[in-house]
Amino acid sequence: MALHCSRACKQYLLHLAQDNIEFRLPEIKALLSLRGKQFCPTENFKERSPFWVLNNVSEDDVLSIMGRTVCAKSVFELWGHGRTPSELQASLQKYPADDMAPFIQKESTYKINVYTFNKTLVFKDRIKKIDALEFLPFQGKVNLKNPEHIFCLLEDYGSDPNNIPDEPFCVYFGRWIADGQRVLIRSHSVKTRHFIGNTSMDAGLSFIMANHARVKAHDLVFDPFVGTGSLLVACSHFGAYVCGTDIDYNTIHGIGKASRKNQKWRGPDENIRANLRQYETEQFYVDVLVSDSSKAIWRQGPLFDAIITDPPYGIRESTRRTGSQKESSKPAEDFGGESHVPVSMAYHLSDIFSDLLSFAAHCLVIGGRLVYWLPVYRPEYREEIVPLHPCLRLVSNCEQTLSSHTSRRLITMEKMKEVEDSDKQALVLESRFSPYQGHNAFREKYFSGITKRSGKSDGSTLVNGSD
Amino acid sequence: MKLLTHNMLTSHVKGITKGYPLLIKATEVKVSEVEFNPEFVSRMIPKLEWAALVQAAEGLGHLNDLPVELVPDFEKNEDFLRRVHRVLLEVEVVEGCLRCPESGREFPISRGIPNMLLNEDEV
Repeated sequence: MALHCSRACKQYLLHLAQDNIEFRLPEIKALLSLRGKQFCPTENFKERSPFWVLNNVSEDDVLSIMGRTVCAKSVFELWGHGRTPSELQASLQKYPADDMAPFIQKESTYKINVYTFNKTLVFKDRIKKIDALEFLPFQGKVNLKNPEHIFCLLEDYGSDPNNIPDEPFCVYFGRWIADGQRVLIRSHSVKTRHFIGNTSMDAGLSFIMANHARVKAHDLVFDPFVGTGSLLVACSHFGAYVCGTDIDYNTIHGIGKASRKNQKWRGPDENIRANLRQYETEQFYVDVLVSDSSKAIWRQGPLFDAIITDPPYGIRESTRRTGSQKESSKPAEDFGGESHVPVSMAYHLSDIFSDLLSFAAHCLVIGGRLVYWLPVYRPEYREEIVPLHPCLRLVSNCEQTLSSHTSRRLITMEKMKEVEDSDKQALVLESRFSPYQGHNAFREKYFSGITKRSGKSDGSTLVNGSD
Repeated sequence: MKLLTHNMLTSHVKGITKGYPLLIKATEVKVSEVEFNPEFVSRMIPKLEWAALVQAAEGLGHLNDLPVELVPDFEKNEDFLRRVHRVLLEVEVVEGCLRCPESGREFPISRGIPNMLLNEDEV
């Protein structure tokens, strides 16, 4: 391995974060496809490794990916790699002198970092590693504080922390080009966000969802279960215009009980628009509405470039739609007599998904993506239970484990064609076999591992709190 | 509620056949500046129901000289795009309601947010 077959095209080394591992490849693939590129894995590509080599891409492609990714930490122009120091040296000596030249000039300044994965080296050993690279024709001056060029030796000691080898499995050397957008995870943290709810989506996952959905500048994006608008925050960060609906009047208007500790009621300006203002993307705010996502409030036609949502599953928040049924919900409160609050009834999971897919098939543009979370009872999970639609292609399906027997899966679908009459019939047949049909059955299984939970919501379709 | 949203909304009252466009009855309208993005406006124009946009803008007294017919080559016409931008994204209905053209059912708009929920006896 490790020997470059061709120099026709440069290689880049992506250094990825080791969290949300399953979400990384679909993210990078989606970002590559925004550039019209495909992911071409090298022979020894390992999805779970923190280091991936990118082929057949330009530096512009790579910079564009780094301008959006929250899964990758940094990217390097790969000058050489190998399994041993001598393989690395041989590989580096094959790197074209012309490609090195601009970065090793006499008047330039540089530094070399050593990064080790799954091992900590003492200072003395790091220096040794750098000294071993003295065969490289650097002519510039070392400047540790403010160098023009940063190089990095990256060593991979595998992924087993209980069995760390003396020597790395693989070493890479490259020129640092750019960092990813992991700073967004902190800068957009819900901890410092103006308006949040009990089920606000974590910032990192929100950006991953926006990336999976290929949300981009000048798009129009819609979230049918918008809640406090966490996903809209992420989408607007990428320059998309955003709108959303939610059945919960209080959430949309930003009134009622606060979700924060030490705060009883929401303040006067706690709403989705204020969240966008906080992150300076208010110009991308279109509207949020109080509406029932099971009802067709949008005119027919391909209106949205992406639909990105976290539907309620009745696990942490109630699933509701308007309608009447005796067993339905707790009495609705009336807010200042402003308007009648319709009685809501349970919204079965199978209906949520078939409504969502059908809505996406009708209202997305061709090539537009639907990204949503599907709750899963793990012992009974099979790929076939992921809802399908004749007009939507399944792009990716990534699991986030929540407990030994429960998880949720981030499903990404892409609209391939407009809906025809025959598709509607196919869908009816499909949904008959959905395991999500018995909503309560799913909830019971979901909670089956929790033995001593409070019996408060037993037998009821609704779980209190949240929205 | 912005007029871009209005242009996409339809009535979903049970049994009606023509729920579009919703009639706007506004008691408070505001115009607030939004950064102009010619590319977004150009991308939205083909998705719009032009006649409904003109009608809605006129009804609010913010026609902004929009022509009855969509102009050709609008992508290159910055002056036109700016006028569409204003109508789509800067004019907002703060208080009022949306009226279903067939059933007469009114959907209230308060603090800029339309409430599209129907009562349990209407669905």
